[in-house]
Amino acid sequence: MTSQAALPAAATREAYGAALLRLAREGYEIVALDADLSASTGGNKLATEFPERWFTVGAAEANMISIAAGLAATGKTVFAASFAVFMPGHCYDQIRVQIAQQRMNVKLVASHGGVSVGEDGASAQAIEDLALMTALPGMNVVVPCDVVEAEAAMVAAAQDAEPWYIRVGRPKLPVVYTESAQFELGRADLLREGSDVTLIACGLLVEPTLRAAETLAAEGIEARVLNMATLKPLDEAAIVEAARETGAIVTAEEHNVIGGLGSAVARTLALQAPTPMEQVGVADRFGESGSWQSLLERFELTPQAVAAAARRAVARK
Amino acid sequence: MTTTEQITQARDAAELEAIARRIREQIVRMTHAAQSGHPGGSLSAVEILTALYFGGVMRHDPSDPDWSERDRFVLSKGHATPVIYAALAEAGYFSADWISSFRSLGSELQGHVVRGRPPGVEMSGGALGMGLSFSVGLALGHRLDGRKARVWCLLGDGELNEGQNWEAAMSAAHFGLDRITAIVDRNHFQNDGAGTEIMRIEPLAEKWSAFGWGVHEVDGHDVGAVTQALCAARETDGAPQVVIAETVKGKGVSFMAENPAGWHGKGPSDAQLAQALEEIHS
Ligand SMILES: Cc1ncc(C[n+]2csc(CCOP(=O)(O)OP(=O)(O)O)c2C)c(N)n1
Repeated sequence: MTSQAALPAAATREAYGAALLRLAREGYEIVALDADLSASTGGNKLATEFPERWFTVGAAEANMISIAAGLAATGKTVFAASFAVFMPGHCYDQIRVQIAQQRMNVKLVASHGGVSVGEDGASAQAIEDLALMTALPGMNVVVPCDVVEAEAAMVAAAQDAEPWYIRVGRPKLPVVYTESAQFELGRADLLREGSDVTLIACGLLVEPTLRAAETLAAEGIEARVLNMATLKPLDEAAIVEAARETGAIVTAEEHNVIGGLGSAVARTLALQAPTPMEQVGVADRFGESGSWQSLLERFELTPQAVAAAARRAVARK
Repeated sequence: MTTTEQITQARDAAELEAIARRIREQIVRMTHAAQSGHPGGSLSAVEILTALYFGGVMRHDPSDPDWSERDRFVLSKGHATPVIYAALAEAGYFSADWISSFRSLGSELQGHVVRGRPPGVEMSGGALGMGLSFSVGLALGHRLDGRKARVWCLLGDGELNEGQNWEAAMSAAHFGLDRITAIVDRNHFQNDGAGTEIMRIEPLAEKWSAFGWGVHEVDGHDVGAVTQALCAARETDGAPQVVIAETVKGKGVSFMAENPAGWHGKGPSDAQLAQALEEIHS
């Protein structure tokens, strides 16, 4: 993928309705399910052209997931959407047994991930969904950084027969990629070359991490930046290479520091290439109400926090 | 020391209507200040909370929110924070000055209910479908402790899509809990639109009675009738009771009531606030 900001700011969740319509128009045998949040997930867009392919089950996430599994058993490519707190939160066992264990062709598109949900507060802010999803055998887990990558990931998901969890977000974010971007599951994307430290980010933290790299460059620290959109299967080779070539690692994610990108990278490093590492993420606490920008400050999910973590990591080399 | 009589003292009808108007005003003010929040499903529940807190239905003491003998009010539809915050402020649980901080960083008034914050909120929520089971737990605990305290649980009709409600309903009847009353805010709309299109729940009264509950149906905007229905539920022994309150999502603000799907979760503009206040007080 090339990185050059060109498109107007957009929320990663906006990719969903567009991807569904595109897939259906191109002849993919998709169906989509929503659980009373379709205006927010964008899933209802499918119904504008393909009403028979879209089912609303009401506020009933467990029912939705088991229905999705049944539909997949009839050969459909099934998309199911809700907020990341409710899916997986409200339907974990259904996902575990009926989607993951049965390896069903179901794509879970979880919107409103992380604390950037904003004013709705703690109960609405998923900070543990990636831990739950990456721990399931066979589940592919993707956290796109912008609307372009999100749509490309959704299309790639439809072309694959395995279960996927794709986490998207509520706020409008700067776009990192150009329209022609491709997505490849399990491959880290090198956004910036550097030899002093590697910054590994996913989702909403990718663009602030690029800004942190600029700050660091002005200080004489050359940071490599990897967009690790796929948390599972993890691009371990890119992580080990970064560790060997730059000698210091920072991870940045809108998720608890336990069980997300940082944990996965730390595990890889500990097993294959022990290297000084620092984490930027939610410090094992629940979210709260506030504007999403104020919450990113409060939870220290900012370019400044990434740059500070990079300085600490470099100092430990 | 406040006595039980003082605590449960009912206000007269005119006073209840004035209280309901003030609660409506706070709901629109709060969601306007936050430019977010859930006005529609708060406005539909105004008379229900007015009856509970001010109609002599619930035993509670605003000066002692942790009073062990208090009745518990559980807001299962935990997004309807504007109505519970307005009612609690009106009752004196906390200063009305807090209202303007609704949903802002560091506020005591979080977007969805948080237990004990502000005082008077009994359960954290925001994920639908859990409150009635929590209420069953409270009622079982009270029974073990020999307490007379009652549990009042407000459910949304869209919320009833969640299967856990029916697990809870089954268990309340199974355990023979007759100090628990569910109240359904039957406003016919959920997040995505009308229940008839999103997920039908009729026949609703029959469902509850099939699960072993006594059923009371009432006009949810007639505060006197709501008070009576809740009292009737309170006086009925032997089985859990449900009050199905027929309501209008957005009640009291014409542009919200006419477009309930558009006013599930957003705050009014300056001009809309002005119009809403005028309608509420006319
Ligand atoms: C488990 C869960 N799923 C989805 C949501 C998102 N949500 C918030 S309110 C709502 C609609 C609820 O409808 P209803 O209970 O009728 O509430 P009311 O219309 O009275 O506001 C939904 C789906 C949620 N809060 N919890």
